[in-house]
Amino acid sequence: MKAKHQRLVLIVIAVIALIAAGLLAAYALRNQASYFYVPTQMVEEPPAVGQAVRLGGMVQAGSLQTLADGVTVAFVVGDGDNTVPVRFTGILPDLFVEDSGVVAEGRLGPDGVFVADNLLAKHDENYVPRELEEMTEHQRAKVVAEAEAEAAQ
Amino acid sequence: MIAEVGLAALWLAAALSVLQLMSGVFAVRGHDELGALVRPTAIAQGALAAVSFGMLVWLFLITDLSVKLVATNSHSAKPWIFKLAGSWGNHEGSMLLWVTVMALAGGLIALIERRIPEVTMRATLAAQAFVAIGFYAFILFSSNPFERLPMPAVEGQGLNPLLQDIGLAFHPPTLYFGYVGLSVAFSFAVGALLTRQVTPDFARAMRPWILGAWIFLTLGITAGSYWAYYELGWGGWWFWDPVENASLMPWLAATALLHSVSVLAARDALRTWTIMLGVVAFSMSMLGTFLVRSGILTSVHAFAVDPERGTFILFLLAIYIGGALAVFGLRAGSISEGARFSFSSREGALVFNNVMLSAILGIVLLGTLYPLLTEAFDVRVSVGPPYFNPVGAIFTIPMLLVMAVGPLLRWRQDSLARIKLPMVIIAVIMLATLALVVILGAYSLLADLGLAVAVGLAIASVLPLRGRNLLRVPLATWGMVIAHFGIAVALFGMASESAFSEEKLAAVNVGDSTQVGPWTVKLESVTPVAGPNWTAIEGRLQASYDGGEPTEMSPQARNFWAPVQETTESELATRWNGQLYAVVGNEASQGRWQLRLWWKPFVTFIWHGGMLVALGGLLALIGRVKTDLKRRRGEDFVDEESADAEAVA
Repeated sequence: MKAKHQRLVLIVIAVIALIAAGLLAAYALRNQASYFYVPTQMVEEPPAVGQAVRLGGMVQAGSLQTLADGVTVAFVVGDGDNTVPVRFTGILPDLFVEDSGVVAEGRLGPDGVFVADNLLAKHDENYVPRELEEMTEHQRAKVVAEAEAEAAQ
Repeated sequence: MIAEVGLAALWLAAALSVLQLMSGVFAVRGHDELGALVRPTAIAQGALAAVSFGMLVWLFLITDLSVKLVATNSHSAKPWIFKLAGSWGNHEGSMLLWVTVMALAGGLIALIERRIPEVTMRATLAAQAFVAIGFYAFILFSSNPFERLPMPAVEGQGLNPLLQDIGLAFHPPTLYFGYVGLSVAFSFAVGALLTRQVTPDFARAMRPWILGAWIFLTLGITAGSYWAYYELGWGGWWFWDPVENASLMPWLAATALLHSVSVLAARDALRTWTIMLGVVAFSMSMLGTFLVRSGILTSVHAFAVDPERGTFILFLLAIYIGGALAVFGLRAGSISEGARFSFSSREGALVFNNVMLSAILGIVLLGTLYPLLTEAFDVRVSVGPPYFNPVGAIFTIPMLLVMAVGPLLRWRQDSLARIKLPMVIIAVIMLATLALVVILGAYSLLADLGLAVAVGLAIASVLPLRGRNLLRVPLATWGMVIAHFGIAVALFGMASESAFSEEKLAAVNVGDSTQVGPWTVKLESVTPVAGPNWTAIEGRLQASYDGGEPTEMSPQARNFWAPVQETTESELATRWNGQLYAVVGNEASQGRWQLRLWWKPFVTFIWHGGMLVALGGLLALIGRVKTDLKRRRGEDFVDEESADAEAVA
């Protein structure tokens, strides 16, 4: 084989392998990426049961309850318009409290309850999951409107 | 005064880097009178950057609260080691560390490197200065670490408690050393391209920097993984978090580069490919810096988020990579093809694995950037293990198989028939292991394959030593054997953790016991405790393995007060065959406490493997530097070539 040919063959092999990797990645990403939902989206266009997704919203005040086993909690996540019930088995993240933002990773069960494998709450005073930053703005507007309505009554 | 000296030194260093770039450009164009300035300028620039960083460290050690960076990131009550680490545990300081290490590296090459043609050397240092200028501008115009406060603060705000950990204090600088080493390799590649000097000598000059970078990256990733494992309290050791990927991608590129540069040094083949990898490896480290520092991706590491700075780094990234690719495109065609080789040869195996590594790199890159791409269309996604694990494995498993046989092949021309016996032995061992783990009851496909390949690779990796006088085996060969063995060990740990881990989550009364795997864990008591800047709930556990002597464990849930934050302090009980991982949670009803326990067989092999890989790199580096020193002492030049040839024979 001539030198020129060898270089060419190597380049062709490398390009084919990289394209194969790219196609494979693109295919897998379409199926395996986990999409982000707010409660309204989850109510209106729910993801397939069992598909890994993330749910972000505010933990509704008064909705947090611990089940009898001591390690499972149930609460309701809302965005001001709609709510989704969530169940989580595990140790609650350090700064998880009612009336504050949370991102739950998990899947929607057949009974309409979102089963979370993992909860991302406000992590420290500087770190807020990015989806939550916007969520709280949306929420803040809602809260202000509600407060004004109450004051008007 | 200290802050002003630091800032002045930084400005001077920046000015010198401009001079270094300009005189380097003149040198490439054939004006030797200015070219002679390049080396001394590089040395002076290194010294000034070091002075500047030294001043910042000093400010942190004395907690000078009139400096904004110290006031926002330190606290007088902190132990001194964390004051020291605080100087680089923030955005501005870490950027200053980056450019300082880079300037010191440039100074060091200017001082010692005499093997490649002078003009190539000057072009290399000019490229180095070109990269440095961008960082100086970034620091001076948008991230000045020496900025004073109008009024000195009364007390500092502290350092993120998650970062108040000795392992993590040294994790970022380790990665930075790796990134900077790759920037040196990049500069060499650009210098060689500009002066058309892509030779084995150039490869030998570049190799120690790649090896050094690779060792630091390996250590950084290993340490970072262990930190995430015990500090976050989630029981996992790798999350495919964007910032973890940001350190993995340069490592993958550096691994490929390390092997292709060895082919170039020993056989004068893969010239353009090596240059290309040099550009890619540096691009990946710049991308890593960008991903970590811009806060563009949601991540547990995103504690320094600032979109404006992200834009600046993105701009730098575009200039460096665009410029390098442009030079590559213009000049690559004029580099003549190197020596030929048969496909069934050592080179053939190395090329195959280089392509596999590039494919894995592409997969990780796509998975990491995909959420950014979809966000442009207002679709929010996250990409995790369900994508990375199977897709990565499709390319990793063939790579590991070729890695097992590659070192047994001869250079240039060989036949697989010659190594039929070892190949059959390795295959039989892998199949036997696979059968064994299935009998043991592990049915996860990837984990089972991982265990089988790990055992086969461990045996295969020591085969290059068989029939040789171990005392006469060159250090570089020892390095290869140990690094490959380390990969097998780490893979064994990962696969075993995935296949055999057991988890227990329970609410337990004080005095009661619970079971996880072979362990019985008794909750003795739960008490409040206090530290210098935190208070905590501490669980006292008695853990006994298989009914044996109990081990005392005391996991904590900590509350820091400067700044306010809660962290989970897990506790580990380590045996040779695995770790028990314990986390104490919140109080549950009826006086019970939440306990989360994992039994992770052989999990420590992951990090021991990582250390072995780094050790292998270190041995190879020592071996290379030793032969280099021999050559400098005036001994035969052929010596190094024969050492290269022997190291791989």
